Amino acid sequence: MSEHHIKLPEGSIEKTTTTLNLGPTHPATHGVFQNILELDGERIVSAEQTVGYIHRAFEKIAERRPLYQITPLTDRLNYCSSPINNMGWHLACEKLLGVKTPKRVDYLRVIIMELARISDHLICNSIVGVDAGAYTGFLYVMQYRELIYEIYEEVCGSRLTTNMGRIGGFERNFNDIAFQKLEKFLSEYPRVLKEFENLFTRNRIFMDRTIGAGPITAERALNYGFTGPNLRAAGVDYDVRIHTPYSSYEDFDFEIPVGTTGDCYDRYLVRNQEMWQSLRIIEQAYQKVQEFKGAEAEIYHADVPEYYLPKKEDVYTKMEALIWHFKIIMGEIEMPPGEIYSAVEGGNGELGFYFISDGGRAPYRLHFRRPCFIYYQAYEELTKGSMLSDAIIVMSSLNLIAGEMDA
Amino acid sequence: MGLTNEIIRQKLTEKFGEAIADFTEPFGMLTFSAPRELNLKVLTFLYDDSDLGFRFLTDLCAVHFPNQKDKELAVVYHLHNLDQNVRIRFKIFAPISQPDVYTATGLFSSANWMERETYDFYGVNFMGHPNLKRILNVDEMDYFPLRKEYPLEDQSRIDKDDEMFGRGGSVGFGNDKNRQGTLTEMEKKHVGDEII
Repeated sequence: MSEHHIKLPEGSIEKTTTTLNLGPTHPATHGVFQNILELDGERIVSAEQTVGYIHRAFEKIAERRPLYQITPLTDRLNYCSSPINNMGWHLACEKLLGVKTPKRVDYLRVIIMELARISDHLICNSIVGVDAGAYTGFLYVMQYRELIYEIYEEVCGSRLTTNMGRIGGFERNFNDIAFQKLEKFLSEYPRVLKEFENLFTRNRIFMDRTIGAGPITAERALNYGFTGPNLRAAGVDYDVRIHTPYSSYEDFDFEIPVGTTGDCYDRYLVRNQEMWQSLRIIEQAYQKVQEFKGAEAEIYHADVPEYYLPKKEDVYTKMEALIWHFKIIMGEIEMPPGEIYSAVEGGNGELGFYFISDGGRAPYRLHFRRPCFIYYQAYEELTKGSMLSDAIIVMSSLNLIAGEMDA
Repeated sequence: MGLTNEIIRQKLTEKFGEAIADFTEPFGMLTFSAPRELNLKVLTFLYDDSDLGFRFLTDLCAVHFPNQKDKELAVVYHLHNLDQNVRIRFKIFAPISQPDVYTATGLFSSANWMERETYDFYGVNFMGHPNLKRILNVDEMDYFPLRKEYPLEDQSRIDKDDEMFGRGGSVGFGNDKNRQGTLTEMEKKHVGDEII
């Protein structure tokens, strides 16, 4: 039989493991990135990640753009919750420019950011279900993500990459339809989320697939720079909303859910609990917004003519407004020099903006701290020694968003 | 509570003396710099000292300052003490001709990719890094694109045949009459001195 053997070159060692490419275009990656897995049977021996397939040089582009033209770039980081990125960017600008926003603007922002968080977690958790073989949950909740997108649409006109808000507030006041849809969401969503939890939380198959898959200790998670739900699932109660409150988060009463083992099941539970907490925050914020009456209910931006676009009617009729409009649109506003780091709690964790201004019209340097990029490097440690099917579920439960990884 | 910027500053000066310099507090965040050969010593001290305890590396990136002689590249660390909720910013400067800096991967696993990213865009050579290669750009790239000597394309350049993308389309269509004789240096390089 020996004559049938493939003749290997002298001195070569027969490879006993299989190489498997997960990605760049694999249905399980839900985005463009690659995992090169070495498999021994079905066990993972090593994993090497390749990112950068959709790198778009945002940091370089931002060095030539006025502030408003950078907002659409931030949309495309974590595109499952782009309003948080937009608000985070505007908050960073406001910090540098010294703009103080009115309370009503803060509360409206909180509503939008928490809606975005819900839609982000909703997608992540339902995709975990899909990757575990349960498509139903994904279809149930999709209707409510749609409702959230409709609210975005009422507020800013677009759905996925929202480009929402301005420095100092919103481009227009929330209309009645937006509030009606918000009320509809608040009244109907708890029932749906409960149903979603009934489908998964105590589901034997789901538990067997996720418990113990991709665990990480709190210490390792911190060392790997985990933030957001993934860190909290490991048992660390770090949340930017509590530690460095922005946009008046200190006015709200909510809890930080934490897990213990940091495995896929805990990550799932933490995200689900966070959705309940987000609902709580939205309810409180909506109540606070309703308390503004009369002229106060018309406030939706700060009074900063240097950075906030004037009304269209004024642009057509008043010289002053026309000048500001032109200056803002053409990016001819000089910023004060300064150096800031401003962070918000994004869908995946601490989304930071390191912003250096040299007094010019565009940032001298803008660096995005992208949580996804930082925690994805732990993927090998999370999956080593586990089964291939676990690797898939770890990937979806980390909520890896290619746009955020690559910037 | 109780870890204030003043205490951090005192502790650092006590330990490293004059080496730690440029203390500032932009927007309340303590910022300081050290000579680049000390970066790992300072990071380790900040990590290990029981009072300081900066054990979370929030962010690591570089900045290019072409006008600072022999200090062209800054590597910026954002550190966070999660217990006391204090953030600090720590900078080191390296000459662009020889940007060698010690790696922080021994202290922070998260530094691995962040240093690769910094290398990728600025060419900072992190000595001792386990796998220092490009991460977001293609491996074949032979320059470091975020350095300031690579300006982004001038949006008003007119030599490009990009009519479909709304650029350069006006050349030869009479729209550019007012621009005669007002070519920028960059445009002259592209289209020569002839009148368009």
